[in-house]
Amino acid sequence: MVSAAPERIDVDVLVIGGGPAGLAAAARCAKLGLSTMIVEVGDRLGGIPLQCVHPGFGIHYFGEDLTGTEFIERLIDRVEELGVPYLTRAYVTELIYLDVDRKLARVLAPGRAIEIEAKAIIYAAGARERHVYEINIVGDRPSGIYTAGEAQAMMDLYGLMPGRKVLIVGSGDVGLIMARRFALEGAEVVGVVEIMPWPGGLTRNVVQCLQDFGIPLLLSHAVIAVKGRERVEAAIVAEVDKNLKPVPGTEREIPCDTIVIAAGLVPNTELLERLGVAMDPATAGPRVNELLETSVPGVFAAGNALAINDLVDNVAEQGELAAEGARIFIENSGIPTARWIPVARGKGIRLVVPQLVSGERRVKLLARVSKPFRRACVEIRELGIRTCRPRLMPAEMVSIEISPGSIPRDVEKLTLEVVEHG
Amino acid sequence: MGRLRVAIVGAGIVGCAIARELSRYENLDVVVIEREPDVGWGATKANTGIVHPGHEEDPDQHPLRARLCVEGNRLWREWARELDIPIKFPGELMLFFSEEERKRAQRFVELAKRNGVPEVRIVDGEELRVLEPAASPRAIGAVWAPTAGVVNPIQAAIAMIENAVDNGARLLVETEVKRVRVESGKVVGVETSRGFIEADIVINAAGINADEISASAGIDTFRIWPRKGQYVVFDRLAQPKPTRVLHTVPTPITKGVYAVTTTEGNLMIGPTAEDLPPDRKRDTSTTREGVEYVLREGSKLLERIPPRRLVIKTFAGLRPEPTTRDFVVEAYQKPWGLINAAGTRSPGLTAAPAIAKLVAKLIAEELGVELVEKRGWRRFRRGIERVRDAPWPKLVELVKRDPMYGWIICRDEMVSAAEVIEAVKRIQRIGARVTLDGVRFRTWLGMGRCQGSFCRVATAMLLSKVLGVKPFEITLRGKGSEYAVGDVKALWRERLGERRT
Repeated sequence: MVSAAPERIDVDVLVIGGGPAGLAAAARCAKLGLSTMIVEVGDRLGGIPLQCVHPGFGIHYFGEDLTGTEFIERLIDRVEELGVPYLTRAYVTELIYLDVDRKLARVLAPGRAIEIEAKAIIYAAGARERHVYEINIVGDRPSGIYTAGEAQAMMDLYGLMPGRKVLIVGSGDVGLIMARRFALEGAEVVGVVEIMPWPGGLTRNVVQCLQDFGIPLLLSHAVIAVKGRERVEAAIVAEVDKNLKPVPGTEREIPCDTIVIAAGLVPNTELLERLGVAMDPATAGPRVNELLETSVPGVFAAGNALAINDLVDNVAEQGELAAEGARIFIENSGIPTARWIPVARGKGIRLVVPQLVSGERRVKLLARVSKPFRRACVEIRELGIRTCRPRLMPAEMVSIEISPGSIPRDVEKLTLEVVEHG
Repeated sequence: MGRLRVAIVGAGIVGCAIARELSRYENLDVVVIEREPDVGWGATKANTGIVHPGHEEDPDQHPLRARLCVEGNRLWREWARELDIPIKFPGELMLFFSEEERKRAQRFVELAKRNGVPEVRIVDGEELRVLEPAASPRAIGAVWAPTAGVVNPIQAAIAMIENAVDNGARLLVETEVKRVRVESGKVVGVETSRGFIEADIVINAAGINADEISASAGIDTFRIWPRKGQYVVFDRLAQPKPTRVLHTVPTPITKGVYAVTTTEGNLMIGPTAEDLPPDRKRDTSTTREGVEYVLREGSKLLERIPPRRLVIKTFAGLRPEPTTRDFVVEAYQKPWGLINAAGTRSPGLTAAPAIAKLVAKLIAEELGVELVEKRGWRRFRRGIERVRDAPWPKLVELVKRDPMYGWIICRDEMVSAAEVIEAVKRIQRIGARVTLDGVRFRTWLGMGRCQGSFCRVATAMLLSKVLGVKPFEITLRGKGSEYAVGDVKALWRERLGERRT
């Protein structure tokens, strides 16, 4: 009897995930002369932008307004031109830390079982969507409940129409865009329900996706239950109070056959968690330093697997930064630095990445505020550096830069906070 | 007497167990009739999944429950091994928090003795902590019942029916039994939504509807009402995950709440016990109050409970509560040929194999049928080989054998295309309808933290290819639950068509 042996591949950098972060990372790694391989779980390279047929992609990164599909096509072309090898329908079952210079990934692909040994890993596995059970919707569980991403994949990857009479849960950009997408295919969109008192997405999208199509937006409302046997028949909707709790007596039934959950994304981190990477409860992703290295040496994270971004442009940038990090890591068997200074969340800040900086390199901190502010700044208290805006919205990340050498020796932590001025 | 036609009404765990047991006999021609598109979709798929030791059953109040529970616990070990059913026997700790509760708990040690349940005893706080570090530090002791088990109940029903069909039994799905037809004091068959099916023996394992089936044959001695149980399931990575089954001390009013780590490795807490009126036999909706209750009770059992955001699923099931309190497993002389296997509330799952044996005995002794063992009866059945459970060298081998094992469709539960395709084959082999839920229950696809948001569409596409149907014809759970309403331009075509006419 012949015992089967796994295939074996050795590379400098293994990139897990072939979406915008992974593709940008792989292209930069290849340009830096590192041998690189991408493993992508989907049918083809590209990730979620493949199913985003609307524009709004690439304004910063390519200096052009592209659709998601156009944007990702350019990154795929770049990787193909550089000849970076990749596997599709490939799934990492296990990541093993052998020693500081060697990590082992066990990968399955159709007909193949491969052990890939890499000096560095860039983890860019994207995010998953919050689903109906996570947002406390009770009642029945008939057909007709989809996440926004699932509905989008059905329509724009596979040509399927999920339903006729649609209620959208969540007014982030994804929810708004899906409301319009359904309207464009002739569905009746009965409303977009938002639990917060303000819309979750960009103002531009509220106008273009809802107002232009006459779709009602119900602020400070929540779907609390679903009714229906085989197919959704109605959603039970209620007003919520200041603590986001349903107000008794305000429940009403909205007839619909389809409920689309667009209640936000969560970094896809199961492999990192199993590897024992330190996590940040604020981002629900890994804690990283300014080169996006996690607490496990040589394992980097980028894109929505790191923290939920609002612009794909930032995601691609993070991929490139992680590639730089991988190069530095491989050259030095670690990231050389005198010390890591933690970045703390102060008043009004919901999350910030990276969570550790050295002060030795230029760093762009990305932060999200916890609620809307008018005429306010995001400030690093210890350094007096600030970014000011007429309006700070949770939907839009704020960036703030730290120049090399600008952190005094006696500063042991940095605090990011919102400062309002009259 | 020649071959007897046996119709089993209901393909829940009880009906499937009976089918498996009766498939042993040469002179029985077994057909299982189920109204749903697949097996195990009633109480079977939505319960705690515990193989009870039998120390909570009072033999004075319900002797049959007590006897069949203890016997069932023993039989499960054998059946699970023969049928490759996911099962474990970690034992159960019934925690008590006060001296008053300790007194009430003591009663279960006495019941264990009377029912012949081995090794049940009281453990103090210190031993409790050794047996279960995740148990609440407020507990001062527990009743330790080492024979308690945890099973995957729907996969158990699937395994039993697969084995029964393999041995010649037949399954009819999407067929609702309306009534039992009796002529001159003898059962002659069942009237169904698809016409009359002749039978010499009708076995009523209709769960929540067993009272109506029985009454239609003239045995109107019990009623069944639905008792709803709601559950909460946590992410597989959520901690703590108790090794033992944890249980609160039952009161006269409540049966208590369990915290268990399922055979699939998730912390699950439940159930509630809500009595519904008899006309709500299909109400499996969850409620906010129910979910909150379960989380609150669960937090009493564990030293701490995972955060709310790690809940990946809530669900509810309906237990069939009989007015008799005890199981109704009996044969009748009038009408001859009717056998009830009814009132199978908890511990019905535990008792199922024992109920099956008892039914065979009733056929032999009460109906006077001499049962002839089949030559070449197949005792064993293998489950679907799972990527998630295979160590790496085994995976390497699986992928070499079948390339589709390398294509992972469900990322959370690591389910491959090979498993999905095998599930489809098996559904077809037993004669059930292929649905997304049917595939889910067999492969555990979409049961993880993303709850199918990535894999459901990919699975629907794969099923459409394998079955040769349009993807929008694939259903979640049968007619009316289609996954999509048509192709993406279907609504425009409808509108334009309307305008033209």
